[in-house]
Amino acid sequence: MFDFLEDYDLLGAFWTTVQLAVLSAVGSLVWGTLLAAMRVGPVPLMRGFGTAYVNIVRNIPLTVIILFTSLGLNQTLGISLGADDVETINFRLAVLGLIFYTSSFVCEALRSGINTVPVGQAEAARAIGLTFRQVLGLVVLPQAFRSSVVPLANVLIALIKNTTVAAAIGVAEAAVLMKEMIENEAQLLLISAIIAFGFVVLTLPTGLILGWVGKKVAVKR
Amino acid sequence: MSSVLYDAQGPRAKRRNVVLTVIFLVATAALLWWVYKALKDKGQLEWALWEPFFSGTEAWSTYIWPGLQNTLKAAALAVIIALPLGAVLGIARLSDHAWVRVPAAVVVEFFRSIPVLVLMIFGLALFAQYTNVSSDDRPLYAVVTGLVLYNASVLAEIVRAGILSLPQGQGEAAKAIGLRKGQLMRLILLPQAVTAMLPAIVSQLVVIVKDTALGGAVLTYSELLSSANTMSGYYGANVIASFTVVAVIFIALNFALTSFASWLERRLRRAKKSTGAVVGANDAQIAGTAGTGGGGTV
Repeated sequence: MFDFLEDYDLLGAFWTTVQLAVLSAVGSLVWGTLLAAMRVGPVPLMRGFGTAYVNIVRNIPLTVIILFTSLGLNQTLGISLGADDVETINFRLAVLGLIFYTSSFVCEALRSGINTVPVGQAEAARAIGLTFRQVLGLVVLPQAFRSSVVPLANVLIALIKNTTVAAAIGVAEAAVLMKEMIENEAQLLLISAIIAFGFVVLTLPTGLILGWVGKKVAVKR
Repeated sequence: MSSVLYDAQGPRAKRRNVVLTVIFLVATAALLWWVYKALKDKGQLEWALWEPFFSGTEAWSTYIWPGLQNTLKAAALAVIIALPLGAVLGIARLSDHAWVRVPAAVVVEFFRSIPVLVLMIFGLALFAQYTNVSSDDRPLYAVVTGLVLYNASVLAEIVRAGILSLPQGQGEAAKAIGLRKGQLMRLILLPQAVTAMLPAIVSQLVVIVKDTALGGAVLTYSELLSSANTMSGYYGANVIASFTVVAVIFIALNFALTSFASWLERRLRRAKKSTGAVVGANDAQIAGTAGTGGGGTV
């Protein structure tokens, strides 16, 4: 019953999925944090940029973005992100697209964390004479980060699922393999169950562990 | 302006803001210039490539409008089917009987943890192998199936969060005057929960509209994104122009929905008549206990 699996690189496909997810997660955490800093910062122009970025990017379908990286950036403008073969180029383009899209959600997750900190906390900190750095570093940001864990975990889980969109530009991850297997084998239910199981294995523990951590560190109010 | 992050600004901070603004402007200008150069060098700013969208209605009536119609059709069908299904699953998860509650929870958590695309691919093959739906209709069926399976489980969580967000006294009072469980749900909890969860449901519409684009890219469903592809072939490789127009339409549509959702949320939070319970765009996932899910609004 499972014999046909020997002809396919199931683990390889899921490994690509994991690589996509990890690289995009790191990238969008960095860019999303910068965006959040701009969005809540004191400089009006940067605040405007952050708000505009988030409102525009999260309203574009990820599929449009990923497809554009391939058809627009690569094939029309000739951007290849320093790679030579098609596979690597598409992989890097997919990561770029995922970062571009996911960072807007990371920004919102971080901002929602900051919003949970009551202004009184900062006012009290200033009142006892803490400096700007101490207010942020000792009082505000620790509370904000602790409340951001759960929203960030949700973004990460969505990101893991969104890596399948890279199938639109032919990155050989799990959804592409699923399509290929379904076309070649008459085992629809079994194949779908295996792929679904793979994603459950990736997302369920992530959700459970990070959800637990999030509850553990959350500031009780 | 004072916020939790920084105090009202003094002269030094104001000077620093000006410096930062200038640096940021220069960096943005450099980036825009680079984009302009890149587009110019590849001849993507030629008027001929953009002209179809601004002069004449052919591009709109032949490609964009039919594509948009198909996008809206798939999204609307998905919502209409997923809403009642989600309501049933959400209520079932709150049942007193474990044999109802546990299977509903398993179904919801399972479908929430699988990518929509996988569900769509499954749907396409399912309709091809086990039904005699014509091959022209299969992409639509598959897209709607995928969207329904995923969004029904997300909506189930929203419904559950909506009912749980109501004050306990509502249920207790209903029981005290002798309503049965069915009456309690139908007459007391659901009507109030529906109002409370409207903003979250409208936000979920955005996700559904965005996910229809998957059908265009992977399942050959002829929606808005795939019409961008067709157009760029027809009008001589104006990929940048076609994608820009399609992206702008998506942004306008979804931005309208998002704004409507936050307007609803603000309005409901202000309203004095109700119990004051509101499920916002981002609350549903947080309420989910098992915490698989997430990404309801992503």
